[in-house]
Amino acid sequence: MSRNLQLTEDGRLRHLLTLDGLPPRILTEILDTAESFVSVGDREVKKVPLLRGKAVFNLFFESSTRTRTTFEIAAKRLSADVFNLNIAVSATNKGETLLDTVANLSAMQADMFVVRHASSGAPHLIAQHVAPHISVVNAGDGRCAHPTQGLLDMFTIRHYKGGFHNLRAAVVGDVLHSRVARSQIHALTTLGCPEVRVVAPKTLLPRDVESMGVHVHQKMETGIKDCDVIIMLRLQNERMQGSLLPSAGEYYKHWGLTPEKMKLAKPDAIVMHPGPMNRGVEIASDVADGKHSVILPQVTFGIAVRMAVMSMVAGSTAAGGNA
Amino acid sequence: MKIHIRNGRVIDPASGLDAVKDIYVAAGKIVALGQAPADFHANAEIDASGLVVAPGLVDLSVRLREPGLEYMATLESEMHAAAAGGITSLACPPDTDPPLDEPGLIEMLKFRAKNSPGPRVYPIGALTWKLRGERLTEMGELSEAGCVAFSQADTPMVDTEVLLRALEYASTFDFPVWLRPQDAHLGKLGVVHDGVVSARLGLPAIPVPAETVALQTIILLVRETGARVHFCRLSSRAGVEMVRKAKADGLPITCDVSVHHVHLTEMDVADFNSNCHVVPPFRSQRDRDALRQALRDGVIDAICSDHAPVDDDAKEKPFQESEPGVTGVELLLPLTLKWATEMGLSLSQALAFITHKPAGVLGVDAGQVAVGLPADLCLFDPDAAWTVSARSLISLGKNSPFLGHELLGRVRYTIIDGHMDFKPDH
Amino acid sequence: MNLPDPNQLIDALASQIQPQLKPDTALLGIHTGGVWVMDALAARLGVDLPKGVLDIAFYRDDFSRIGLHPQVKPSKIPFDVADRPILLIDDVLYTGRTVRAALNLIFDYGRPASVQLAVLIDRGGRELPVCAEFMEARMDLEPNQNISLEKNEDGRLQLMLKQQVATA
Repeated sequence: MSRNLQLTEDGRLRHLLTLDGLPPRILTEILDTAESFVSVGDREVKKVPLLRGKAVFNLFFESSTRTRTTFEIAAKRLSADVFNLNIAVSATNKGETLLDTVANLSAMQADMFVVRHASSGAPHLIAQHVAPHISVVNAGDGRCAHPTQGLLDMFTIRHYKGGFHNLRAAVVGDVLHSRVARSQIHALTTLGCPEVRVVAPKTLLPRDVESMGVHVHQKMETGIKDCDVIIMLRLQNERMQGSLLPSAGEYYKHWGLTPEKMKLAKPDAIVMHPGPMNRGVEIASDVADGKHSVILPQVTFGIAVRMAVMSMVAGSTAAGGNA
Repeated sequence: MKIHIRNGRVIDPASGLDAVKDIYVAAGKIVALGQAPADFHANAEIDASGLVVAPGLVDLSVRLREPGLEYMATLESEMHAAAAGGITSLACPPDTDPPLDEPGLIEMLKFRAKNSPGPRVYPIGALTWKLRGERLTEMGELSEAGCVAFSQADTPMVDTEVLLRALEYASTFDFPVWLRPQDAHLGKLGVVHDGVVSARLGLPAIPVPAETVALQTIILLVRETGARVHFCRLSSRAGVEMVRKAKADGLPITCDVSVHHVHLTEMDVADFNSNCHVVPPFRSQRDRDALRQALRDGVIDAICSDHAPVDDDAKEKPFQESEPGVTGVELLLPLTLKWATEMGLSLSQALAFITHKPAGVLGVDAGQVAVGLPADLCLFDPDAAWTVSARSLISLGKNSPFLGHELLGRVRYTIIDGHMDFKPDH
Repeated sequence: MNLPDPNQLIDALASQIQPQLKPDTALLGIHTGGVWVMDALAARLGVDLPKGVLDIAFYRDDFSRIGLHPQVKPSKIPFDVADRPILLIDDVLYTGRTVRAALNLIFDYGRPASVQLAVLIDRGGRELPVCAEFMEARMDLEPNQNISLEKNEDGRLQLMLKQQVATA
């Protein structure tokens, strides 16, 4: 799926749109490259000159301070010039089409677009239309993908668990609406995790979720039993307004991660969360702040992973490889 | 104008005729088959060697985009495209702007169509005022103005009481009601089939019950009212089964399928190709195979193009924001032939679904080749290969999932009412 | 061509360097050959000097042309660079671009008191104004020739000369 669009003719990463369909070698390369970038943050000069003179445009059609800031930090640590555009959806409705916006920015000498959009497939559309020297990095599109989040989650797992081949991982929560969950599932299955579970009530699971290579559990009791990795997904308020769930209280009772439920997992299990957390809705404070939690390190790794992705895609277009 | 068509392979699915014969046309009618009538001096001669001479195609759903939607396409361009596709009679749905809910609009449309070279146009009137599903239209008046049936186009009926009354009223006059089975609430924000592709890509989904729940409701109301209902654009295996049973129970029901749904599935959306954004959505392989088989079994009565030209800007958007629809009139014939070849059916069997069978649904005398009938003919080369492209398409809608593909079957001449409305321009 | 034995070169280099060492000198070796030389030198010098390794992949001047090399090893400088005399070590000095990149890298960690360059072989062909304070062998090679330091199966260092066959 879009694999050819993401890779150059000689197999280098040209755009990062989705983890679905990327070969394991590329995912591993990103993680390995990120490894080298972790220590940059510990130096006096927290920069390397790789993207010096390059213009990175953060095109955020959906607002987000966290993700945008991490991308900005990553780009600046690569010595790039960063431009932030927060384009509210209504402005786009009144005026320019998505492709017109991109064309105008390209004319302003953009080298890279980091795109977040409410519609699945928007970064793909942009990638199909940009000039050969421009790369597109998906910062989250609709419900489809959040590839850098998936990668930093894998980096975190690899850091604490060494690898993927012996793990039982559970993704808990609103998989139906979660682009993060989809990216995590694609990454885990691609990197060889032998058992990937999703745990949620039926209303929050896609009808054909099993086709993605996961085991379906509707209860926490079986879902996180003997797991090495538990990834908690954020439950958005809107979900509790409509017909998907009756209340936050009922959700927390059955699918919230509490210290009691943690006893079902392996004693050395790690708990992850892409953030921001809803304490008392999907996760108890005691677990979020407890010994299993690796939620804060996830954030640090996120900068290194994004630096790795941005240098790889910038390097591939530079090497004259257009898709 | 007197036309002599020489040496063509004349296929008339209604009568079973399939033979090489000459055809003689005069004063808009077929005056002879085989032997020239006495004293016949042709104004025009067509050498149809190697061509099939079929009844002009009858397309149950072609959007001409007039009135109101001319930024997508014009009546002239789409009539021309339809003629280029071999279509001589077409029905256009009421989802124009404003919708076809007043006799004046119908008269205007018919006037415009008459003055433009191209197929005979049969407007389908709106079932309810502004298609809102609240107040019935003046079906009697609309029928007198020229409507052959009444429809909600793609707007589902929310109020089942209004639906019941509409069917009762229509059946009072014995007017057929054309309905696309779509529940008002299920999958209303969806853009793709609720299956493996929507799971993978996170696109909002339209589950099969969106079709079957509506089918069930309408079938039960048909039982109640005896209204004649034509179901537009079946998309699922479950839906096919419901129609099969309803027909077996003797209910006055017919149905059609869009020619694209006979070929494409949800997998064709996998790369976010907005040219595959259609309503109803392309469903699973099993669903598509059920549709293909149902045609053969006779459960589905006709194939139509569901022609919906869309301007490029409306398609070059993220998938769920793009305007749904495919351009279809020029692909109706080659895609029908492709299906038939794949199913091992003869040309005559294939052509039945786009000639006399849809004519029967429409309730008009069309789709047949016989002496005395109007000269509506489609002359095509079944073996000619052509590549679908923005250039080769005459329709202003270039939105086709088959762009870049090579198809077999090219119309060479279209004769409507004895006029050569489409011919090769070299 | 008879290639010198790198181990002998390292012995000679160590004798050159020994008298010039300061009490707070630190060694930085450039991956991969320079690190082997550094380790061997440190053993010969016999003192317990702080050592660090540099991977200059992020500082190369040809990123715009060839992109990022897939195998980047992390640089590690486990001491404070500020105000220290640094001995920068590599196996072969050629165009000088690697040394330029290494200098940029070092300065991103802090301001050293001085940087002196030690190499086994200077093969000429400089494209930047760089020279080695400590150097043992000079060779004049053609542009299509490549000399590199290798480790054989027993872990012993040796020099290899490769000739690139001209391609059409």
